[in-house]
Amino acid sequence: MAFNYDKYLRLEKMPTLWCWGCGDGVILKAFVRAIEKIGISQDDVCVVSGIGCSGRFSSYVDFNTVHTTHGRTIAYATGIKLARPDKMVVCVAGDGDALAIGGNHTIHGCRRNIDLTMIIINNFIYGLTNSQTSPTTPKGMWTVSQKAGNIDPTFDTCKLAIAAGASFVARESMLDPKKLEKALIKAMQHKGFSMMEVLSNCHINLGRKNKMVSAMENLEWIDSITAPKKKFDAMTPEEQLNILPTGILKEDLEADEYCDMYAEIQKVHQGERKTITQDDFAKKI
Amino acid sequence: MATREVISTGNELAAMAAVDAGCMFFGGYPLTPSSEVMHVISDLLPKKGGVAIQMEDEIAGICAVIGAAMVGQRALTATSGPGMSLKAEQLGLAQMTEVPLVCVNVMRGGPSTGLPTRVSQGDILQAKNPSHGDYKSITLCAGSLAECYTEVVRAFNLADRFMQPVIVLLDETIGHMHGKADIPTAEDVEAGIVPRKRFDGPAEEYFPYGVGHDEPAVLNPMYEGYRYHFTGLHHDKNGYPTEEIETCRKLIQRLEDKVALHEDEVESYEEFMMDDAEVMIIAYGSVSLAAKESIRHLRKEGIKAGLFRPITIWPSPAVKIKEHTDKIEKVLVVELNIGQYHSEIQRAAARLDIDGLFKVNGRPISPHEIVSKVKEL
Repeated sequence: MAFNYDKYLRLEKMPTLWCWGCGDGVILKAFVRAIEKIGISQDDVCVVSGIGCSGRFSSYVDFNTVHTTHGRTIAYATGIKLARPDKMVVCVAGDGDALAIGGNHTIHGCRRNIDLTMIIINNFIYGLTNSQTSPTTPKGMWTVSQKAGNIDPTFDTCKLAIAAGASFVARESMLDPKKLEKALIKAMQHKGFSMMEVLSNCHINLGRKNKMVSAMENLEWIDSITAPKKKFDAMTPEEQLNILPTGILKEDLEADEYCDMYAEIQKVHQGERKTITQDDFAKKI
Repeated sequence: MATREVISTGNELAAMAAVDAGCMFFGGYPLTPSSEVMHVISDLLPKKGGVAIQMEDEIAGICAVIGAAMVGQRALTATSGPGMSLKAEQLGLAQMTEVPLVCVNVMRGGPSTGLPTRVSQGDILQAKNPSHGDYKSITLCAGSLAECYTEVVRAFNLADRFMQPVIVLLDETIGHMHGKADIPTAEDVEAGIVPRKRFDGPAEEYFPYGVGHDEPAVLNPMYEGYRYHFTGLHHDKNGYPTEEIETCRKLIQRLEDKVALHEDEVESYEEFMMDDAEVMIIAYGSVSLAAKESIRHLRKEGIKAGLFRPITIWPSPAVKIKEHTDKIEKVLVVELNIGQYHSEIQRAAARLDIDGLFKVNGRPISPHEIVSKVKEL
């Protein structure tokens, strides 16, 4: 039987404002299927988005939804999660939203290892606002703010998340929605901060000026710069240059989750345990 | 109302008040001279099962507060001028989405880093419009230690009544002042809590923003079966983004009118020796303490001075101000800025001959300075 998306969509908001062939719709569908497979009630999920094409994600899906300011998804989600640690919170943001203006919150969300899932839809450009350079735009590409060619070095989202302390880090592209769906299930079921980078196309505002005029050409380029982790690990350092590994890149099931740790703070103040000291973390330091 | 005597500081009283008023969440960032609010509340909240979190920056602090408030909790942030500047955009989102919260600003010298440990009242106009766009701010200003407590309590009730952020202005002098205060008992404060409205009918009949032209949104707590959308974009009755002309106009007009047409519920001021006053001093915050002292001196010398002290700064008690300024010729506004509220008094009084005594060097104004100025009028 075909999957019934209608239950999860705000049909009155259709069609979306995303362009023909945009990967955002594929990612939205994979997300909805993942939610169905997890079996969680729509009432128990909050989707928080920022600004940009990905910002509209929250208005299309029928959950508790919050469309916040530019870059601040994780900061809002942190308040939501701490107020209701028993419920699920998923952030959806773009590469500009999460890594430029919101970079600080991304780093600190990872560091706190609070139980949120952060889906970064990385299309390598500011798409909604017409092709400005993002922190993931490859060097040498044309952007409207660097018409002479982009000279800015790029962020590797997943390396950043791993270094900052996220306990689950994965990357997939929208080329394989089934794999993406499985990764999303793992990310959302993981307890702790889950960074889920999804590579996507923007043939309209990245591709047209960079010799990838169709969605297919843009996706072929994404395919050419990615390799499954196993294959990537077998490559020489030279071969690994400019290639992004896909799959689950980190999964730490032992790391302390922030809401759990805050419950210990509450216990201290309620006289149920001694003050937390360095000895409590001795093994981990 | 029963009271209790406490010996405390303004900042500590603000934190105590929040907790007594049912606040369950604090998000903030260290900022002199407001940090003690965080220091105190980070002990008080976890004790009663709440959360106080020091975030990575001022912006994240208020974002987390708005998030917790969306879930349905009473939530507080505290900061000073530089933090207010950083929080401004999020205060705009809270105005647009109609999420209630309380923001305490313990004012220090500005602009920019200014005078971090010294007193100022330089954030009066900022409090009126911290963010871009149109909305009607509610700003209260504590003029005594006790009011650091009572105004924070009132701010929480007003935030839930009007569904928007309420700013409470303290200043460095009053925030760090240490002394005796008579404040209401925690039981009385709890009994006076008016929780925000909620909709209990079937979910398909729930329209959080589908309210009357002068009514605030009815936002049910998140995760309770009423799924809806928060957005900083112009939105319709469901909270969904729209650019429909009439819907956009009505939304912004409603944000104005929900306060403007109910100012009587917000208005608060004190009149001190105003009955026979021939000189009217207008002062607020810590400056009003010096003003009261100066009035006692002036009266001893036969000068009939009185004080009008706005407690709700925005919206200003303009009608009451005009009532006085229509009758009293000599009017002096005393404030620790270069005339920010003075311009509002001129507007309310519809007079350009309002005198001012301003100070912007980080030092308090003494009663003696006010006495001298009044004698010059």
